Amino acid sequence: MELRAKVPSGPIQEKWDKHRFEMKLVNPANKRKYEIIVVGTGLAGASAAATLGELGYRVKVFTYHDSSRRAHSIAAQGGINAAKNYQNDGDSVFRLFYDTVKGGDFRAREANVYRLAQISLDIIDQCVAQGVPFAREYGGLLANRSFGGAQVSRTFYARGQTGQQLLLGAYQALARQVAEGTVTLYPRTEMLDVIVVEGQARGIVVRNLVTGAISAHMAHAVALGTGGYSNAFFLSTNAKACNATAIWRAYRRGAGLANPCFTQIHPTCIPQAGDYQSKLTLMSESLRNDGRIWVPARAGDARRPNDIPEGERDYYLERIYPSFGNLTPRDVASRRAKELVDKGQGVGPERNGVYLDFRDAIQRLGQQTIAERYGNLFDMYLQITGENPYEVPMRIYPAPHYTMGGLWVDYNLMSTLPGLFVIGEANFSDHGANRLGASALMQGLADGYFILPYTIGDYLAQTKFAAVPEDHVAGRSAVAEAEARTTRLLGINGTRTVDAFHRQLGRLLWEYCGMERTADGLNQALREIPRLRDAFWADVRVPGAGQDLNQELEKAGRVADFLEFAEVMCLDALRRDESCGGHFRKEHQTPDGEARRDDEQFAHAAVWEYTGDGTPPKRHVEPLTFEYVHLAQRSYK
Amino acid sequence: MNLTLHVWRQTGAAAAGRFERYDARDVSEHMSFLEMLDVVNGRLIEEGKDPIAFEHDCREGICGSCGMVINGRPHGPVPRVTACQLHMRSFTDGDQIWIEPWRARGFPVLKDLVVDRSAFDRVIEAGGYVSIRTGAAPDANAVPIPKRDAERAMDAAACIGCGACVAACPNGSAMLFTAAKVAHLGALPQGQPERYSRVRYMLAQHDDEGFGSCTNHGNCEAACPKGISIDCIAQLNRDAIRAALGKGTEYAGAAGGGA
Ligand SMILES: Cc1cc2nc3c(=O)[nH]c(=O)nc-3n(C[C@H](O)[C@H](O)[C@H](O)COP(=O)(O)OP(=O)(O)OC[C@H]3O[C@@H](n4cnc5c(N)ncnc54)[C@H](O)[C@@H]3O)c2cc1C
Ligand code: FES
Repeated sequence: MELRAKVPSGPIQEKWDKHRFEMKLVNPANKRKYEIIVVGTGLAGASAAATLGELGYRVKVFTYHDSSRRAHSIAAQGGINAAKNYQNDGDSVFRLFYDTVKGGDFRAREANVYRLAQISLDIIDQCVAQGVPFAREYGGLLANRSFGGAQVSRTFYARGQTGQQLLLGAYQALARQVAEGTVTLYPRTEMLDVIVVEGQARGIVVRNLVTGAISAHMAHAVALGTGGYSNAFFLSTNAKACNATAIWRAYRRGAGLANPCFTQIHPTCIPQAGDYQSKLTLMSESLRNDGRIWVPARAGDARRPNDIPEGERDYYLERIYPSFGNLTPRDVASRRAKELVDKGQGVGPERNGVYLDFRDAIQRLGQQTIAERYGNLFDMYLQITGENPYEVPMRIYPAPHYTMGGLWVDYNLMSTLPGLFVIGEANFSDHGANRLGASALMQGLADGYFILPYTIGDYLAQTKFAAVPEDHVAGRSAVAEAEARTTRLLGINGTRTVDAFHRQLGRLLWEYCGMERTADGLNQALREIPRLRDAFWADVRVPGAGQDLNQELEKAGRVADFLEFAEVMCLDALRRDESCGGHFRKEHQTPDGEARRDDEQFAHAAVWEYTGDGTPPKRHVEPLTFEYVHLAQRSYK
Repeated sequence: MNLTLHVWRQTGAAAAGRFERYDARDVSEHMSFLEMLDVVNGRLIEEGKDPIAFEHDCREGICGSCGMVINGRPHGPVPRVTACQLHMRSFTDGDQIWIEPWRARGFPVLKDLVVDRSAFDRVIEAGGYVSIRTGAAPDANAVPIPKRDAERAMDAAACIGCGACVAACPNGSAMLFTAAKVAHLGALPQGQPERYSRVRYMLAQHDDEGFGSCTNHGNCEAACPKGISIDCIAQLNRDAIRAALGKGTEYAGAAGGGA
């Protein structure tokens, strides 16, 4: 496997412009001759498909949801970053670039991050023109808020529903192309495999989730915008259906998988209440703008929060990090919360949370203002916990939330499998070892609206394509494999539910590959995962038939893939014998408990190559160099 | 607490359905309604039976996937709360709970509680957008928008497309859904050029999909988990009258929406 990043030469500020000029164009009349498959209708997939349709390509779009408007992006709450500097507080493209590289703990490719910061400006323009109702000031101009890891106010938002509004903008752009006839939508259709013909990705295998029919779709190129894999942990903030099948199947067909151990644990989620719990709910990081995080100074203090006097509270982030305070980056804030809970200073009935307190902000700004900023989040909290956050502090705890790892892509967003492009959270992206808040929405839309539509054209213009009929033998055999797998799952007829296995895998990953990792723990996980996988294939019960709407069968296929994926995740965590960003190896920390990188040995992206079932995957590296942001220990003090 | 569920079971679109009775035992008040169903389904699977099919994804009240009628009310007893955000503390020990799919001509049942809502997408495809190409936008602050208008647009744009409004309406009308998009885009300067063609195309599609007409019952507003106001429908009606009087015909065809 060869890792050619294809970063254009020249100064970082000019790379993207230069590259755009040098890329080959597809003649407008020829665009209609090219078919492109897009899997996923989240911010990345919907924006890409709409734009490719506008350009005149024939686009087929697939999603397992009943409507393209329901992709997981819809749930993003807090906001989207852009270096507009509308607040005149010293922001710039370079500063956004700098914050992102540093926030990612120096494990991202500089050239990609710079391009992302440049494009951030266009995204906001595009969304406003679509009618996205961003928050505004009284003068009618756009409002901003701050997010963790930044000292400027560059986050644009639409109440607590930013993802929803951005996705509806992209969904509507897509709807317009469906009406124009350039895009064909395939809802309730799940991709099960990639079809490779003569070394190129030329199609996908899908299952119609209503009829159960499995079939092949061919095209000239395939783009995956299939989201992240946080649900490997079972309990996460992701929507229930989010899964790794698309990227895992692509990996098995030759796409390199980069940094799977880079997962993000979000500091502000509602703590788990019971073992029936099906998911964890995020309370947007934007709450840290006005909320203050604390725990009782004394372990085991069982008084109600409002009865604990000021002097007996530990506002630990403000104490340890005076300059960033409650806005320290996610990985740091999460670890500090875990330490205090482990020391017995946790709060709530299960003693598994810390407080996020709005008392002072309500006194300062009034309940009205707080309600305007966070009303829907407060309502959601009340509904879930039965406690009113206007009166008592919220209880929060870290939870799996986002995955920086994903399929490796070059500067053109193409994987190591020619013709397979990967966008949004599904690629290994621009966030290094830790993503800053409000940067995922930015990246998804940058990839979809402004990068992929150019780079895919360059690929099409330069590539020779064999004629591939819809019933090509490669497609037929991939379909047969997918059918055999489905039949096998339905035939096991064991005793335990799919969820039971998924929960068990989740607990294992949380224990050994969660917020803190050790070589011993990871080795333990690597022994247990294959056992669990064998147990799954011997004893899972998938009721019903294949030729039907069968939700248990859908889940079973996804969990089977998570059971394979998890192993590479742990292997990657074991082999990365350093701490960086969200990957915290207990063996590698500074005296005050911060992640200690090893730049000599690990300033690279680790990329895994599939070598067959039963043989270990092969590890490759893409070295990372830092010319513009100098390698340094992160400090938020 | 212990509950008795009466759940609508239907094996497929063409099959006849019926209510089945299930016991839900030892339900914690902290569970969500869907977690309670998960537990019931887990037991059904272990007993070798077919679990209840229901749609859900975000479980945070935002994706609009979940939708079921609980004791005669779309999304259940708590106003402004989706089924996935409903918690069992809203019920009491010994309750009988009736669970059914959305029932409307525009939403055929696919299986158990799962219905086909693709008609909503087609209503949007008919004109629920601003025709702007990627890369063609002016600077975002070039046109200031009064905060009041932006807030009004956001109120309408908060629709999650779940379909509760249709399920609640005695006519099976999707007017609140359609009007929410018309009101969202109509409140903003970016939505003005296509304002009247949009309403015409969307209404025509709405009727083609078999949704009934609006006769001002107001059940939709009461059932909407996001509190979308029927003022949106009033606005749609005003725009529709102007469109009928010929406003916006200059844009016909240009919007590309198929009526
Ligand atoms: C609760 C929450 C809040 C967040 N808030 C913020 C925020 O405020 N700011 C921010 O920047 N980021 C936020 N994030 C992160 C951000 O929302 C996601 O990273 C981003 O939306 C991912 O977009 P995407 O397009 O890559 O994928 P998704 O939106 O996850 O879309 C994936 C798509 O792929 C489809 N798909 C997947 N697999 C298959 C398959 N096999 N076959 C067919 N279709 C498939 C799905 O149907 C879906 O359409 C938040 C995340 C969560 C969980
Ligand atoms: S599951 Fe998303 S709104 Fe209920």
